[in-house]
Amino acid sequence: MKQSLYLFSNCTIKRKDNTLMFDIEGKKKFRPVEAVSDIFLFSEHTLNTKLLNFLGQQKIPVHIFNYYGFYSGSFFPREQYLSGHVTISQAKHYLDKKKRMLLAYEFLNAAASNILTNLTYYNNRGRDVGEKILKIKVLKKSLKAADSIPYLMGIEGNIRDLYYSAFNEIVQNKIEFQNRVKRPPDNFINSLISFGNSLVYTSILSELYRTQLDPTVSFLHEPGYRRYSLALDISEIFKPILIDRMIFTMINKNELTEKDTEKDLNYCYLKDKGRMKFLRKYDERLKTTVKHKKLNRHVSYKRLIRLECYKIVKHILGEEKYSGFKMWW
Amino acid sequence: MQNLNFTGTQINYYFVCHRKLWLFTKDIRFEDKNEYVQLGRLIDENTYKRNKKQIEIGKIKIDFIDNKGVIHEVKKSNKIEKAHIHQVKYYILTLKRMGVENVTGEIDYPKLKKRETVLLTPEDEKEFEKIFSNIREILDKPKPPAVIKKTICKKCAYHEFCFA
Ligand code: SF4
Repeated sequence: MKQSLYLFSNCTIKRKDNTLMFDIEGKKKFRPVEAVSDIFLFSEHTLNTKLLNFLGQQKIPVHIFNYYGFYSGSFFPREQYLSGHVTISQAKHYLDKKKRMLLAYEFLNAAASNILTNLTYYNNRGRDVGEKILKIKVLKKSLKAADSIPYLMGIEGNIRDLYYSAFNEIVQNKIEFQNRVKRPPDNFINSLISFGNSLVYTSILSELYRTQLDPTVSFLHEPGYRRYSLALDISEIFKPILIDRMIFTMINKNELTEKDTEKDLNYCYLKDKGRMKFLRKYDERLKTTVKHKKLNRHVSYKRLIRLECYKIVKHILGEEKYSGFKMWW
Repeated sequence: MQNLNFTGTQINYYFVCHRKLWLFTKDIRFEDKNEYVQLGRLIDENTYKRNKKQIEIGKIKIDFIDNKGVIHEVKKSNKIEKAHIHQVKYYILTLKRMGVENVTGEIDYPKLKKRETVLLTPEDEKEFEKIFSNIREILDKPKPPAVIKKTICKKCAYHEFCFA
């Protein structure tokens, strides 16, 4: 299976025949290009157009993060797996209100399920989040009755508030976590959530890029809200699975502490070392496999994202009704 | 004479799986990470390099035609398949419709160290008319045809798409 490359230490990246060469202060490393699915760039790197052309040919997207670890943009090769038939069907599903609602509902319903799975896991381990579970269950049920996107989004907001307010209990009051503040994140947990969410977003972008779906046409989020809003839709499902669980474990095991962050005036962001620890865990997580019920074999979390995209394609083609991925463990 | 509008791959897929034909034609394609597909490519690229002069005529691509007027097609399969034979027959038919007569075909199976001679009979020509109208019917459908659930699905590039 192809792998994601995360680059930290400032280096020069070049094409060397048919391999990728990384020059880190004179130390050269090589990677066969066939083994790479996408590249994440942190800190400063030097690359040239010859390399970009090569990556373009090989259909390898590059995601770029700024100094604070915030996502700043992606390089997408021009060659894509486009299909006029799929694009038109996707647009139809956006334009038809009923069809759009159905997909939007599925994203949030699956997200709520995965949130509940996380909370139940910790409730069974003695954290007092039972009341929040009950409230979220009620809200989840009410998603069905929503007849507009803003209505759905409203319920989603309530679920999120309840969920985030459970974080303090889960991480055993080690850290004060009051409110989820996004831009910019203002405290330790918020900075982890922000960083993690942007990783999930970019991983999903990479997978979407390998399907015929147009990442700019979304259902839950308004297209154009952010450029690749379909990745935001799908993120809802995978954030609790990939990121939140991981954050809880890392904090509870003291693998990440507030010392790993830096505070600016009103920013809080992960320092390089913390970011590296986080990414290593994230990458492990993407590679972790679970038994896939339908395929009857083990697939990685990363593959699950791709399969989720396939399910959406099949739904859009009118083949099989989409049902968002729900953790069963 | 009516021009033939399908590619050799489409004719081939018609015999393999109608769903694959539909998806492929609608540009729903995925990376060929499949080892079988890769093996096929290797054989394509290496075994027959010396003779390799792919010719494009209209919608078809022929591996090469030797100076005796024989179309050569290279296949990686370890089995002689109806799909391959019809693909080559289709090439012969296309050439015939363009006025190139007396062409025959040969499929080379390097893995089997075998070759199969292919001729186009009048019955074949009649059968092709039926095949073409069937293909048009399949492609006119708004949805892809159902999954076939056969052993070939395991090595198909669409496996995960069809089964997950
Ligand atoms: S996996 Fe099977 S059903 Fe699907 S396209 Fe391939 S051969 Fe056809």
